Amino acid sequence: MIPEDLKYTEKHEWVKLEGDKVTIGITDYAQGELGDITFIELPSSGSSVNQSDSIATVESVKAASDVYAPVSGEILEVNESLEGAPETINQSPYENGWMCKVKVSDETQLDGLMDAAGYGAYLEGLK
Amino acid sequence: MLVNTPEQLKNTPLHEKHIALGAKMVPFSGWNMPVQYTGIIDEHLHTREKAGLFDICHMGEFMLKGPAVEKDLNKLLSRRVDDLTPGKCRYSFMLNEGGGIIDDLIVYRTSGEEFMLVVNAGTISKDREWVKKNISSGTKFLDESDRTAKLDLQGPSSGDIMAGLLGDKTVNGLKRFNFTHIKVNDTTTMLSRTGYTGELGYELFMPVSAAEEVWDTLMGFEDVRPIGLGARDTLRLEAGYSLYGSDIDEEHTPLEANLERFVSFDKDFTGKDALLEQKEEGPGRLLTGFICEGRRSARSHFKVLREGKEIGEVTSGAFSPCLKKGIGLCYLNKEFSVEGKEIILTDGKVEIEAKVKSLPIYEHS
Repeated sequence: MIPEDLKYTEKHEWVKLEGDKVTIGITDYAQGELGDITFIELPSSGSSVNQSDSIATVESVKAASDVYAPVSGEILEVNESLEGAPETINQSPYENGWMCKVKVSDETQLDGLMDAAGYGAYLEGLK
Repeated sequence: MLVNTPEQLKNTPLHEKHIALGAKMVPFSGWNMPVQYTGIIDEHLHTREKAGLFDICHMGEFMLKGPAVEKDLNKLLSRRVDDLTPGKCRYSFMLNEGGGIIDDLIVYRTSGEEFMLVVNAGTISKDREWVKKNISSGTKFLDESDRTAKLDLQGPSSGDIMAGLLGDKTVNGLKRFNFTHIKVNDTTTMLSRTGYTGELGYELFMPVSAAEEVWDTLMGFEDVRPIGLGARDTLRLEAGYSLYGSDIDEEHTPLEANLERFVSFDKDFTGKDALLEQKEEGPGRLLTGFICEGRRSARSHFKVLREGKEIGEVTSGAFSPCLKKGIGLCYLNKEFSVEGKEIILTDGKVEIEAKVKSLPIYEHS
């Protein structure tokens, strides 16, 4: 269920490292907790973000939630297709539902994230 | 929403059914309730297209009986009950002396000297105390909430489903805000043609011990799917129905809630003087619908702005599955409660463009 090749935060974002870039999204658990996602506000390409900054807002039918930057860096690209079809995040949280790509400014921040096993244990603890 | 630890939450008689159906359960007014099964949007659209079955066992039922009950309720409720014949029911308010809404409810006349009140789950104890304090000593009061189960069947297919169960004659003769007693299998059930979705629909009342059997019987129809409280809320919001505790409460009067049509000024009732006084000047604020320009919705407590000035506050907001836009209800300074008026909804961070919409916000054609 939890992809092995990603890293995870306690706020349920995932990170995929490719060279000095990361792709960011929210986990399957997060989309399930939110329910039907109806709206997303994405960051602007080219902007700089600090770790733990709010980088996106996702809204479900009943509530709004922030998505936080797992690492600091520069936003290289955002998944604009989500704006017209935010339900993609529900349908494919780890693939088509990716939110943005960031050029990492401090790779040591990645060491503080959980691996799949760690995140799985973390989710168990929430039950 | 009332927050309780899981230990204190009450389960409805259908709890096992919800778990087996994979429902996501949430605390609501002290109860452990299904908020969704497959997803709010899916369940909402299914109810608008076919039929949805809702577990509403958390709501309260009071029985009142006695020679003075008609007089008592005429005084206690904003609408008259003396011209209500057995088999008919009415939406009404129970008001405090200041005209504030203690609860909104449906009053059923079950016989000449007997009535039933169906009240909100979160207000059961408050209502019970208020009613007991304000009825004659000869009027017998019984809180039947813990012994009564309530299931709602709502949606365009619900008429055919009930006809399939009971025959055309019973169902076709049952007009809106009328009720009758039926047998589902062997259980006597009260069938009321009322609801909270804006669709054709029914509310069924039965003993707690029969709830599972009635649920299974209705779930046996192909068009029926279980619907959670999430879609119940978006359905009522599209229909423009107020939710007690969000849109209406003791701080607001029926006039401010734009619900004067549910007040009978041609009789005496608690709160009447205050309402008459407010009516003279006209209420300063009015509960009004809005539709956002896009998919993003305002939420409860967002401020309403026009030309930079605060003119009201949002009381309910959600994504509308039918309109695919944000919708909601807000109290607006009276002069701005005009169809099509452009407003801005904000929580201080986000600004959402919207337009005033008269109720209902969405009407199924």
